[in-house]
Amino acid sequence: MPTKVEKDSITGQETTGHEWDGIKELNSPLPKWWLYVLYATIVFSVIYYVLYPSIPGITGYTKGLIGGSAREALVEKLAKAKERQSATLTQIAALEPAGIAESPELLNFSLAGGRSAFADNCAPCHGLGGAGRPGGFPSLADDAWIWGGTLEDIETSIRYGIRNDNDDSRISDMPAFGADELLEPAQIADLAEYLLAFTDRAEDQDAVARGEEPYLENCAACHGEQGEGLPELGAPRLNDQIWLYGGEREDIIAQIDKPKQGVMPGWEARLDETTIKMLTVYVHTLGGGQ
Amino acid sequence: MNLHARAERNVILLIVLILLTVSIGGIVEIVPLYTIETTIEKVKGVRPYSPLEQVGRNIYIREGCYTCHSQMIRPFRDEVERYGHYSLAAESMYDHPFQWGSKRTGPDLARVGGKYSNEWHVAHMINPREVVPESVMPPYGFMADRVLEQDDIAEHLKALRAVGVPYSDEMIENALADFRAQADPEADTEGLLARYPKAVVGDFDGNPAELTEMDAIIAYLQILGQMVEFPDYDSDLLKQ
Repeated sequence: MPTKVEKDSITGQETTGHEWDGIKELNSPLPKWWLYVLYATIVFSVIYYVLYPSIPGITGYTKGLIGGSAREALVEKLAKAKERQSATLTQIAALEPAGIAESPELLNFSLAGGRSAFADNCAPCHGLGGAGRPGGFPSLADDAWIWGGTLEDIETSIRYGIRNDNDDSRISDMPAFGADELLEPAQIADLAEYLLAFTDRAEDQDAVARGEEPYLENCAACHGEQGEGLPELGAPRLNDQIWLYGGEREDIIAQIDKPKQGVMPGWEARLDETTIKMLTVYVHTLGGGQ
Repeated sequence: MNLHARAERNVILLIVLILLTVSIGGIVEIVPLYTIETTIEKVKGVRPYSPLEQVGRNIYIREGCYTCHSQMIRPFRDEVERYGHYSLAAESMYDHPFQWGSKRTGPDLARVGGKYSNEWHVAHMINPREVVPESVMPPYGFMADRVLEQDDIAEHLKALRAVGVPYSDEMIENALADFRAQADPEADTEGLLARYPKAVVGDFDGNPAELTEMDAIIAYLQILGQMVEFPDYDSDLLKQ
């Protein structure tokens, strides 16, 4: 340890007194700008401690003069956003979807709100713009509605969903005619031919004739004598070209044998009232609202 | 000799002083998390994962889902309006390790439970772009072919109990039976649902004959964010 401060002869700088092979280490001071920034951050931290929640203790923490909580700030922000839209939102909340559709201003608002809610919540299954997807995700942009396409029907489907845990969920349960041995495989093949005949696609007229009896006995009660479907029971129309699980002969046979039954979540618990109504109006306008 | 010079010359003293300094910093930051009561909100409904959900969670970690999906809805308006109520600390108190994540290439999954049907999840795992055209997620269809044996599931639960997850003796005893029952549409699930309320039961992957990784991962996804009973909560309890 040097007892007196030594100065380097060339730079005039103090040395630390450390020496290696004749080279001495200079004791250069920290750059001034750097030092002042450090002091400034220390001053800033003291101000921050005083103003904001910061120092933890055993059972709590210092709240600070201004305080501040991200969660409370969020509540205020949400309230403010709602406040801005409140005039429109209260009108929408008070009306049935049919009433909303009558007012151009509310309709515009609902279409915008409905579109964004649809993109996040509905589009993964039903596709953007409600285009649907093969394999049990119906199109919402055509005029084929399994559960009905009026505003009330659409609202019910959105609110309670289909075949889920909700007590008011829509339920339809087609029997598994093949898997549960309600019909012989040959009868099912005839039935499929009979269904194909609805759209003039049958190849074997004898099979069509044989298929009429099992159709009228087993299928007509829900799907209608002409295959026109019954939205009240969720029985799809069979005499058009729209097939939820495929319209080829083997798809139809598979569906009679052991029907696939799609599930739609109920949105009552996840979306608020006004969002459900806006979605209803939006889906209704996609192309096929009745 | 001053203290600084002494510490620099005495390695033992230096180590002791470093430990002292670092532990003060640690204690100030960590101890309050255990002693301040509002660290974990007092909400109802959060329970340990059922055996099948836990196995699904292990697959979720194995496949690195957390590298693209967060499970943390932050208290911002845009996140809350898209994903639902912001995440609570209580919701991940039984997660070892938690899956909050720090990267969102895909959407946040903290509340994905119940949002889509099982069929959708299967189609999405097999080919994500078939259901979400703009998706960049890799396909995970192979999970449907991997049958789960998992005879050691009770040991998994015991290990979790050792780190503080409150699995009861009854839960551990029934672990294997619960594991199989949850994805079996024919099974009696009364006991399972009593032990693990709100668990989603039934066949998940469209193949009731086999219990596959696809069943497990969907069972896990379908419970995410569904446990807390928000209608009952007192907003004061959520203030931290």
